[in-house]
Amino acid sequence: MTQTSISSATALAEMLAATGYLADEGLATIGYLALSMERPLLLEGEPGTGKTSLAEALAEAFGLPLIRLQCYEGIDAAQALYDWDFTAQILHLRSVEASGGAGLSVAELESSLYDKRFLLARPILKALQQSPAVLLIDEIDRADDEFEAFLLEVLSTYQVSIPEFGTVKADTPPIVVLTSNRTRDLHDALKRRCLYHWIDHPGLAREVEIVRTRLPQVPALLAEQVVRVVQQIRVTDDVLKPPGVAETLDWARALHQLGRAELDLESAAASIGALCKYREDTERVSAALSRMLG
Amino acid sequence: MPPASQNPEHNAEEILLAFAAAVRAAGVKVTADRSRSFVDAVRRLALDRRSDVFWAGRATLCASPEDLPAYQRTFEAWFAVEHSAAQRLETSATTVSAAALDNDDGGPEGGREQLRALASRRELLRHRDVAILDDTERALLHRLFEELPVRLPTRQTRRKHLDRHGDVDRVRTLRDQLRRGGEPGPLRRARAPRKPRRMVWLVDISGSMAPYADSLLRLAHRVVEAAPRQVEVFTLGTRLTRVTGALRVPDPDNALALAGRAVPDWSGGTRLGEVLRAFNDRWGQRVMVRGAVVVIASDGWERGDPALLGRQAERLHHLARRIIWANPHRGKAGYQPLQRGIRAVLPHVDFFIGGHSMQSFEELLDVVANA
Repeated sequence: MTQTSISSATALAEMLAATGYLADEGLATIGYLALSMERPLLLEGEPGTGKTSLAEALAEAFGLPLIRLQCYEGIDAAQALYDWDFTAQILHLRSVEASGGAGLSVAELESSLYDKRFLLARPILKALQQSPAVLLIDEIDRADDEFEAFLLEVLSTYQVSIPEFGTVKADTPPIVVLTSNRTRDLHDALKRRCLYHWIDHPGLAREVEIVRTRLPQVPALLAEQVVRVVQQIRVTDDVLKPPGVAETLDWARALHQLGRAELDLESAAASIGALCKYREDTERVSAALSRMLG
Repeated sequence: MPPASQNPEHNAEEILLAFAAAVRAAGVKVTADRSRSFVDAVRRLALDRRSDVFWAGRATLCASPEDLPAYQRTFEAWFAVEHSAAQRLETSATTVSAAALDNDDGGPEGGREQLRALASRRELLRHRDVAILDDTERALLHRLFEELPVRLPTRQTRRKHLDRHGDVDRVRTLRDQLRRGGEPGPLRRARAPRKPRRMVWLVDISGSMAPYADSLLRLAHRVVEAAPRQVEVFTLGTRLTRVTGALRVPDPDNALALAGRAVPDWSGGTRLGEVLRAFNDRWGQRVMVRGAVVVIASDGWERGDPALLGRQAERLHHLARRIIWANPHRGKAGYQPLQRGIRAVLPHVDFFIGGHSMQSFEELLDVVANA
């Protein structure tokens, strides 16, 4: 690896911090190992703990393109890897026909059908072609077993063979980040191929630091108040969806947009939608806010 | 310097591999290639830092948050500063011994009479309440579980496969023609197959359910066996425990023993509402429950707040495809759903059935299959 070689976990943490992503020691160490061992990184954790944004930060830190593949139930190789643009192929055939064959032999005609311009590169193929790149495979747990098996194959060799076209191999393996919300257990073989890391919600000091880094325009007092409230909401178990760091940032941003320098009941109530995404939560949190700030 | 090399007899790699073995013994599924990755990972980091060994191990040996506490404990036991390497290597892994049940079910040792007697005993046993069996009958009942036919609920998948009886697949047909250079050819047909639907079993193991919990978990074991990747099993007591991993062990007796060790609160009290809320919070927003068939096996004996239980059942009902409530007392004569807990959940339950005898288990599986 040339562009992505780093000397230590600390160096990686510094590079990520420069992009505004604050990684703790564990995450930095594992990120460094993943780069050094050229293994995919499998990140699990509650929604909003910065799994996806790590891939974005890695891409920014190393100046690489970020290629994202969002998984969903029923995703298959045609959507993840490549597909032939067969309407264009048909059109091509018809135009050749219309121009009276253009002096092409059958073999030439056939091979012209499988030209690069008819190949629709989907994210994984794109990542292999453009590598070095960062390939983010988001919410892998939504895909099904067959897709996992297929992915395992690609991630072990970093190459795919397309029958009509040839083999595409990445010169340098892309940095691969898989994220999962643990909606189901992944296949053990895939997990064994990856380095595993569970990301927890950050502590108070770190979260304040994150808000200050990402939103430098937000006053320190407001940032601290917001994080305090969010941390408290997380530990009280009465909300359907504990707010993640993403929600903290949204809320701080919203309050700042409203021109507040401090958190008070009125502005909190006005901007609560940035923090809670369920009606029941909104009610509970509003009640809790009046206790905290009242 | 690794903490291991204070004693030159044991090189670092041996120590690391032995540590990986200890993590395996603590219940984390560590395979040989994982151990190798671990050694490789530690090599790439500064060996003299305890935290590096910790993170390298966590990334290579663990595969889920459930593994983390066991890993942490093992790590602390192993790489405590005062331990000498030799001592650590001697801390041999405790092996998991299964408490196999004695079964003297008087199997047929020849003779048609005995067979017939056994067959009629079985027939009788099918209708008996499992709470009032003696040991011999119970052992025979366990055999019966192994013969239970399990059918799984299915769902329509979105991806199509070639199938002679499916609908005409326009894209495949055209692509096929393309391969022939545009000449028309046979029609390609495809259909999206049905796949097993996800299932979640929540088994109440509180004191009032004690006579039934073992049988219900055996039933869950059968279902897990039929679709290991599609079924999740939890026990409900004073807390929520995920026992899916234990029930994936093929042998039912071993699986039950393993599950028994995983569950800290056998035959304790129950706060169904709170535990169900914990389940909803932890797993509700995930694919595990969405569109799944949820089976709750409980007598609905709720000491907490029935209103909370009702609310949580409603939340679950919004996510799940079907909620099936199996109540051991439901199948008995003269049962009326009077418990406050049951009354609170009934509006949010699609099927309310029994679960006290082999026959009612068969019915339960039948309802599950058609859910």
